[in-house]
Amino acid sequence: MNATIFYILAAATILSTFMAITRREMVHAVVYLVLSFFCLALIFFMMGAPLVAALEVLVYAGAIMVLFLFIVMMLEMGTPKRRLTPYWKVWGPAAALAAVILACTALLLTSTPEAVPVAGAGYITPRAFGKALYNTQALAVEAVSLLLLFALVGALYLGRHD
Amino acid sequence: MVPISHILILSGALFALGVVCVAVRRNLLMILIGVEVMINAAGLAFVAGSLRWGQPDGQIFVLFLAAMAASEVSVGLAMIVYMQKRKRSVDLDDFSDMKG
Repeated sequence: MNATIFYILAAATILSTFMAITRREMVHAVVYLVLSFFCLALIFFMMGAPLVAALEVLVYAGAIMVLFLFIVMMLEMGTPKRRLTPYWKVWGPAAALAAVILACTALLLTSTPEAVPVAGAGYITPRAFGKALYNTQALAVEAVSLLLLFALVGALYLGRHD
Repeated sequence: MVPISHILILSGALFALGVVCVAVRRNLLMILIGVEVMINAAGLAFVAGSLRWGQPDGQIFVLFLAAMAASEVSVGLAMIVYMQKRKRSVDLDDFSDMKG
């Protein structure tokens, strides 16, 4: 049962990523990529990584893709001309993929927690994750915070008015 | 039960899709999207390793990957806006000369 859900989600991930990298309009590509990130988040959840799944939705689908959308709309790279294909052909595949993701989410949430993970040593609780993050990897956390600071300074420098 | 090898195959397929996107598309934003896809594929492999050995380190690396992807995208998008201001284009072929 859970293996079937995994393979369905894997197929949906590949399909939505393929759709994302072949789209001509940037906004459509971003929407398909968001769907792909949602599929990946569910796969992470099945693999015993609930915190990573939440981060995938928050950081990738929530922050990074919205940044992409801002830039696409700022640079006015929308549809240059009216398409001739019917409108449902544009949103139909995305809606179908979203329905698959919703159905898989419902199935995963209603199944028992211990039945969820796929093969492997096991589920890592957010508590164990946080302990390992701030005890053994504390120096790396500082390095990442410096990286984010440098990215902030670099983006501000590139976007300055002169 | 899904074997780890199938998860790694999925990760490899996603990485290949990202490489194809970076290599084939001529739009700078699509190239950044390809890089995002590749980073996600690497994250999937990290989580698979974390699951295989029951250690949280793989998941911690996915956290660092997310931070790296966020900084890469913010700097990359700022550069794209700067290039668009200079040449009124986001097409890769317009940036093939070194001295502009």
